[in-house]
Amino acid sequence: MRGVRFTAALGLVLLIGLTLLFVTGLLSYAAYNPDLASVNDKTPDRGWLGFYLFDWPTHPYWLYRLTQGFHVTVGVALIPVVLAKLWSVIPRFFALPPVTSLAHALERLSLVLLVGGALFEFVTGVLNIQLDYLFPGSFYRLHFYGAWVFFGGFVAHAALKMPKVLRVIRSGELRSGAAEPGAGAVPGAGPDSGPGPGARVGASFADDDLASPAPAAPTVSRRGAFALVGVGSLFMLLTTAGRSIDGPLRRTALLAPHGWENPGDGPNGFQINKTAASVGVRAVDTTDTWRLTVSGPAGDVRLSRAQLLAMAQHTSELPIACVEGWSTSNQSWRGVRLRDLAALAGFPAGPPGVFVESLQPSGAFRSGALRDNQVRDGRSLLALRVNGADLSLDHGFPARIIVPAAPGVLNTKWVAKLTFGAV
Amino acid sequence: MRTSEPGGPARRYRALLGSPFQIVLLLATLAFAGYVGVRLLKGDTFLIVVWFVGAALVHDLVLLPLYSAADRTVTAALGRVRKAAPSARGAGQTGLSGHDPWAGRRLVNFVRVPAFLSLLLLLVWFPLITGRVRRYEPYAGLSSEGFLERWLLVTAALFVCSALCLVTRALLRRRATKGRPSASH
Repeated sequence: MRGVRFTAALGLVLLIGLTLLFVTGLLSYAAYNPDLASVNDKTPDRGWLGFYLFDWPTHPYWLYRLTQGFHVTVGVALIPVVLAKLWSVIPRFFALPPVTSLAHALERLSLVLLVGGALFEFVTGVLNIQLDYLFPGSFYRLHFYGAWVFFGGFVAHAALKMPKVLRVIRSGELRSGAAEPGAGAVPGAGPDSGPGPGARVGASFADDDLASPAPAAPTVSRRGAFALVGVGSLFMLLTTAGRSIDGPLRRTALLAPHGWENPGDGPNGFQINKTAASVGVRAVDTTDTWRLTVSGPAGDVRLSRAQLLAMAQHTSELPIACVEGWSTSNQSWRGVRLRDLAALAGFPAGPPGVFVESLQPSGAFRSGALRDNQVRDGRSLLALRVNGADLSLDHGFPARIIVPAAPGVLNTKWVAKLTFGAV
Repeated sequence: MRTSEPGGPARRYRALLGSPFQIVLLLATLAFAGYVGVRLLKGDTFLIVVWFVGAALVHDLVLLPLYSAADRTVTAALGRVRKAAPSARGAGQTGLSGHDPWAGRRLVNFVRVPAFLSLLLLLVWFPLITGRVRRYEPYAGLSSEGFLERWLLVTAALFVCSALCLVTRALLRRRATKGRPSASH
C-alpha cells in the first residue's frame, strides 16, 4: 500500500493545492491594502515579503469572497490529503542511519520547515476560523510568516522530489498502479515473488524505500486508498462550502463556523463577524445624538443620520466576505456614496483615500483605511439601510462602510468619522 | 588532471557531502527561512518554536501511531472473527467463490471509512464540538450549542450507511452462492 506511487500522486495534488492556498493567502494580505496605512497592516516588518503588493481592485465585487472562500474551504478539504501524504512517508522519519551525508542532513532540516510549516499553517488556520485563539501571538503574524517559512521548504522539496515524481509519471505506474487493485497491495515484491503485476511493479521501483519490506496482508488496494482520501476530502469540502452560501444550503455546513444557521430572520438576518455587544458598542451611543464627522480640506462637517438620509441615496448589491472564509450572499445596501461624502469634504473630483474611524472603543480594525480606487467606485457606500430596513445594531447602525471586494473587517461598522486625504 | 580512483578518498569525501546541487538549494532555503524566521519568532519566541516543531512531532509521534494502532487492532480483531467462521474458511480454500483469504481483514473498511470521516470532522472542528470556544456565541451571535449533537448524528448516520452496505453485500453474496452449484460437489 505505502509506496512511492501513492506518495507521488498525493504529492502532485498537494503541489497544486498548497500552491493555490499560498497564493490565495498572499492575495488576502494584499486585499487589506497593508501598504496604505499602518492600521491595515499587522505585519509592518514584512520587509521583502510584501514585494508583490498591489492596489486591491473593486472589480469583480465578489473577488475577495472567491479568493478567501477558496483559501479556507479548499484548505479544509486538503487536510485529509496532507494527513495521507504524511502517513505515506512516515518510514522516512524513522530511517536509519538518520543522516547519510551533509546534503541529507540539510534536507532533513528543511523537512522541519516543510512539515512543521504545513501543520503550523493548518492548525493556526483551523483554530482561527473557530475563534479559538490558542496560538502564541497574533494570527496575522503567525499565519503570514509561517506561510513563507513553509513555502521555502515546499519549493526546495518540490525541486528535489520532482525527478522521482516524473519517473513515476513517465513509467505510467501512476495510472496502472492505481487501477490495479492487486498491484498496490503487493508493493516492492521481493526476488522470490513470481511473475505478475507485483513483480513488474517491484522491478521498476527497486529503490522504493517507502514501501514496507514486509507488508501486512492487504486490506485495501491503492485505488481504494486513493478513494478513501478523495472521499474524505470531498466530505470536508461539502460540509464546509455551505458557509459561503446563504439560503437552505447553509445547512450543509454542518459543523463549520458561521455555517448551519443565520443569526435570525428578516432583512438583517445574515452573518455577523462581531456583534455590537462583543466589542463594547452600546445602543445609547447610536441614538439621535450620534453625528458623523466628515473631514477634509473643507473642514469638519457634522451630519446627523437624518441629514445623511436626505442626501442622494444609492443601492449596492454586495456580499460580506470574511477573512475567516465565510461569506454572505449579496445584500441590498442603501446609503450615501463615499465619493459624494468626499465632495462634501472638499474633493469634488478625483477623491483620495479615506481614513475611517468607528465608535467601537476597542479591538483590532476599529479604524481602517480605504484607497482612492475604493472611494471612487460608485458602489462604495456609507450604508444606512440594508434589504429595505434600517441597519441593525449588530450590522453597524447608524452607518457602516460597504466596499466591493474588500475584506469584511475593512467594511467598518458604527462609523463615527471619515477623514478624506488622510491616507 | 588526475581522476580519483573508485573508493578513493575523494570519492568517500563526496559521498559524505552528497549532491552539490542539493546542498546549494537547501542552504538557500535555510537562509531564506532565517530571513522569515526572525520575523516569525518575534514575540514569544520559545512558544512559537514549540508550536512549529511540536506540530510535526505531535503528528508523527502521537497522532499517526495512535490511529495506526487503532486501525491494526480493529483489522486483527475482524480477521480473527472471520477465521473462526468455518464457512468463510471453506470458501477461501476452494478459491472458486471469488473470496480471497483476506476477506475477513477487508471487512475493516466497513469500520474504517465511517470512523475516518467522523474522526476527521472531530479533528478539524474539535474546538466547536467540544464547546471550548466561549467567544463564538457572543462574537458571531450564533448558538454554540448543537455542534456535539450534530457530530454525533453525522457519526451515527455514517455507521448506519456502512452497516446497510454490509447487509446489502451479504444478501447479494448469499443470492449469488445459492444461484450456483455448491463447490464441494
